[in-house]
Amino acid sequence: MSNSVSNSVSDSMGSSVGKEPVAVVGIGQTKHVAARRDVSIAGLVREAAQRALVDAELTWADIDAVVIGKAPDFFEGVMMPELYLADALGAVGKPMLRVHTAGSVGGSTALVAANLVAGRVHGTVLTLAFEKQSESNAMWGLSLPIPFQQPLLAGAGGFFAPHVRAYMRRTGAPDTVGSLVAYKDRRNALKNPYAHLHEEDITLEKVQASPMLWDPIRYSETCPSSDGACAMILTGRAGAARSPRPPAWMHGGAMRSEPTLFAGKDFVSPQAGKDCAADVYRQAGITDPRREIDAAEIYVPFSWYEPMWLENLGFAAEGEGWKLTESGVTELDGDLPVNMSGGVLSTNPIGASGMIRFAEAALQVRGQAGAHQVEGARRALGHAYGGGAQFFAMWLVGAEPPAT
Amino acid sequence: MASAPSSGVLRAPLVVEFPFTRSLGPVQSAFLTGLRERVVLGVKARDGRTLVPPVEYDPVTAEEIRDLVEVAATGTVTTWAWNHEPRRGQPLATPFAWVLVKLDGADTGLLHALDAPGPDAVRTGMRVRVRWAAERVGAITDIACFEPYEGERGARQGAPHSGEFAEPVTGIVAPARLDYTYSPGRAQTAYINALSAQKTVGERCPSCRKVYVPPRGACPTCGVATAERVEVGPRGTVTTYCIVNIKAKNLDIEVPYVYAHIALDGADLALHARIAGIPYDEVRMGLRVEPVWTEGGRFPDHYRPTGEPDADYDTYKELI
Repeated sequence: MSNSVSNSVSDSMGSSVGKEPVAVVGIGQTKHVAARRDVSIAGLVREAAQRALVDAELTWADIDAVVIGKAPDFFEGVMMPELYLADALGAVGKPMLRVHTAGSVGGSTALVAANLVAGRVHGTVLTLAFEKQSESNAMWGLSLPIPFQQPLLAGAGGFFAPHVRAYMRRTGAPDTVGSLVAYKDRRNALKNPYAHLHEEDITLEKVQASPMLWDPIRYSETCPSSDGACAMILTGRAGAARSPRPPAWMHGGAMRSEPTLFAGKDFVSPQAGKDCAADVYRQAGITDPRREIDAAEIYVPFSWYEPMWLENLGFAAEGEGWKLTESGVTELDGDLPVNMSGGVLSTNPIGASGMIRFAEAALQVRGQAGAHQVEGARRALGHAYGGGAQFFAMWLVGAEPPAT
Repeated sequence: MASAPSSGVLRAPLVVEFPFTRSLGPVQSAFLTGLRERVVLGVKARDGRTLVPPVEYDPVTAEEIRDLVEVAATGTVTTWAWNHEPRRGQPLATPFAWVLVKLDGADTGLLHALDAPGPDAVRTGMRVRVRWAAERVGAITDIACFEPYEGERGARQGAPHSGEFAEPVTGIVAPARLDYTYSPGRAQTAYINALSAQKTVGERCPSCRKVYVPPRGACPTCGVATAERVEVGPRGTVTTYCIVNIKAKNLDIEVPYVYAHIALDGADLALHARIAGIPYDEVRMGLRVEPVWTEGGRFPDHYRPTGEPDADYDTYKELI
């Protein structure tokens, strides 16, 4: 079934013959907050892009193409925002592409940009994703009243909570695991100056005592609503050689999709997610992700998705993901740190959230993650998903150039 | 609101509207606040041109540009199009011309409306001036429209301006509205019509034999059309659920309540509905339920326990 419902981009990225190695040489983020009332959308994306240029010590003239992504246009009500953002992103006279894949868009946007470099279409590409949630209402954008249809009965978390319960039933995970993830990610966020939530006085007891909104999901186990942007500059071998700071090298990247609803869909561990991870690992020569990958930034909008995705991504056997979380393996000082940045649970500018995962993975292997740096991280996974578990995008980056 | 034309496929109007907000940033803030004060501002680009309305970043060099200048409220039409039938929300209620106006002192055209008696009264190159709105709030509509004007060119052609005003406008509300005619299509029309007889009818895929409820007219896995109608339910099994403890704005349901995935007997994927008729904390996976209809309801109001023994996990674990 997976073959019939999945789309693949691996043909263009999986074969190493003639492919340009892709390096991340610049990363920029805004300080993510609930509302950036001081800037326009143009000002917001500009800030992230400018920081990426500064990091790479490049100028607008060095950029050959711009690839931009954001969540659905209904979220801010600007149809095709890329039209008006071209000036802010220095795209005059250059190709500019927009990518749409719902919540995974930050990841797939980066992969489209990477493909342009790998295929030697462009030498140096600026890729950027953003969301200004304060100017809109994402929940409204996702639940437009459709004639003849029953109104949505449960709100944002109500879509996810039944899948969490199904995971708990399937694996026997104790109901304490979700709070452990939230407590970890919120503490990690304290070490990340760009993270939205900085809850200095967070305790496990506070997480556990937070209101149960959509049982089994508590308030503190949900993601915030953020304004923010994230940008990366991708280039090839020659560009990497000129990079003033260590580049992150792409070792594998893939996207997969499947319908949001179909008979046999496994919301707990979607086939498209498994296939996507397998493709990335194959490209990167990874046979044992748990041992060979040093850190992972995984799209976890509700805390229980950490153990769920650990299984889906092959870091744990089916039914065993929660044990990694419970035993501290995914802590910042654990054996497989997950969401060192604080993750989506601490920062969620929806369209940018996937790219932040990709960028944070790159920061780790560049040794540039600051207080949330994993000592000696050589290989890291960035993961994004969205659209009712419809779209998956992942990349694996390393401190060394790819072998071929 | 529903109607059924001769094809029998349901159709209904769908209006999507939302009051989006916009943070303006420094340049748009100065521009819109200026309009409130009857001042039209442009920005100097690096190539010396004056751009009106002003932008934050140079369209050629990508540099941040902040050198604001004041331009005149008079100008020249550079091109136009007649609008025979103004629609809701447009600047004028009577027929008018959409115009690009190069204000005196500006090098680019500002899009707005021109109040003119008819298309014969409009030409490229004609002189116009701003007609200010009586009440101005810091919005593009502070320019009510343009009007023909044969008088002197306005002053203030390119004088530097700080862009600073008392009580600047920093954000606006930008209401958006889209009017659609929505049709759920053949398959869902049949499903909805069957519901009015309190029956749930899905469609079976001719290839994988899975029964889709609600039917979409095609199997998303096999990519083939579905046509064979299959009645399912009315009973079903709760495959998973959550307990909703926060009240949704638009829903008249007391919390807590249970929102469940229910696999109707004979269906190959679950639909979503509310469970009642049982204390919320006694709902469980595997619970057997049946629909409860209310007078005139298009859908079951909720599902309630049937009293049957719970379904075995293995019978529904693929239907979550």
